[in-house]
Amino acid sequence: MLNKIYDWVDERLDITPIWRDIADHEVPEHVNPAHHFSAFIYCFGGLTFFVTVIQILSGMFLTMYYTPDIENAWKSVYYLQNEVAFGEIVRGMHHWGASLVIVMMFLHTLRVFFTGSYKKPRELNWVVGVLIFVTMLGLGFTGYLLPWDMKALFATKVGIEIAASVPFIGEQIKILLAGDSTILGAQTLTRFFAIHVFFLPAALLGLLAAHFIMIRRQGISGPL
Amino acid sequence: MQRGKGMKFVGDSRIKAEGKMPNVPKDYSEYPGKTEAFWPNFLLKEWMIGAVFLIGYLIITVAHPSPLERQADPTDTMYIPVPDWYFLFMYQLLKYEFASGPYNVIGAIVIPGLAVGALMLVPFMDTSKERRPFKRPLPTGFMLLAFAAIFYLTYESVANHDWEKAKAQGAIREEVQFDPESEGYQIYAGSSCISCHGEAFEGGLGPALSNTGLTADEIIDIAHNGIGTMPANQWTGSEEDLQVLAEFLENLK
Repeated sequence: MLNKIYDWVDERLDITPIWRDIADHEVPEHVNPAHHFSAFIYCFGGLTFFVTVIQILSGMFLTMYYTPDIENAWKSVYYLQNEVAFGEIVRGMHHWGASLVIVMMFLHTLRVFFTGSYKKPRELNWVVGVLIFVTMLGLGFTGYLLPWDMKALFATKVGIEIAASVPFIGEQIKILLAGDSTILGAQTLTRFFAIHVFFLPAALLGLLAAHFIMIRRQGISGPL
Repeated sequence: MQRGKGMKFVGDSRIKAEGKMPNVPKDYSEYPGKTEAFWPNFLLKEWMIGAVFLIGYLIITVAHPSPLERQADPTDTMYIPVPDWYFLFMYQLLKYEFASGPYNVIGAIVIPGLAVGALMLVPFMDTSKERRPFKRPLPTGFMLLAFAAIFYLTYESVANHDWEKAKAQGAIREEVQFDPESEGYQIYAGSSCISCHGEAFEGGLGPALSNTGLTADEIIDIAHNGIGTMPANQWTGSEEDLQVLAEFLENLK
């Protein structure tokens, strides 16, 4: 039955080559922990993606309750944390996932660096990887404000001041992020929400797609 | 290489319908070494690692509920800010003399900018064919140095931050229900207590005074003899007033 459906679709859309590109390829021995235990270092990238998927899913559920306005943001998080069934777990996974994704991404970066995997022909994929790293830090920074509690507000104040110290365009960056040249308030919260939920994830998905297409095109780097 | 199954589109004579691609994957014995198929063999093994990782992840989540401090209060100028742990090294960097005050731009922009820029340009600076880390000491050395610097700065930041105080300054404060017309509150408002313990008993320099679990006698003792950082002889009013206030505080929920 499934084969018949597959053949029916394949006959019209020719999906077999797409499937081949995504899933049907060989995994070399030197990256397979089943053959060499030390090859677990090659899992860090996959685990980063795993946590990223969890972040997207848990984040989608969090927005079902979260309200990005200064009156209700904190209250909605408090309600989510204390009243909603499994709200504490979903928020907990998003909170800890934000740290884990940084840890795994850092380990993945170190693996690629110390195995020299960024060398020709993989220079572009390294650059995209660094951009993913920066995007993730941006997601961490913008997400930190959203609960609108004390540490969120004051850490963001410091962060915005750092952004404002950029020569020449600092003031513009500050106004773009905070929505005002002096106040850090309602406008800042909605902007950070938009950046955290729409702008940066869109950039992240594009960069991840480029990262993975390049891996499939070039294959994984050979054994040392 | 023939790709696709050579579909025949209506009205398009350029695509041949012949030469169908067989729907069978290439045999993996054709590849060198002990390679195996990504789907599903390898992915299932990866999932074993992912499952162990997920268990650890869920244990942290359940054991340590994510923190939530009290609602943001922009008027509280006493609050000492601290970023999330992975930004602590940058936060620490800005405390040093060469990277703060008039040199703020060095700590805030120049050093982080150079670090990210260098990281991004690594493949164009290290262009040798050699991949083993010990055979290319410069890139390896710089990366280890950067790692050591981040580790040291993070450690310094954590060691120099008063986490107890940070926890207290962010703690969610229960709103205390009381009658501002009551005799107890009138005495409280007229005394020096209010300057440290807050207009609504919410705390400030001193702790909040609701739900203390203390008896009236214990409260009187603290007012006379002090406790912790609170000095002795803070009460300057009459004993009768103190008795009324202590009983009022004992019942403050």
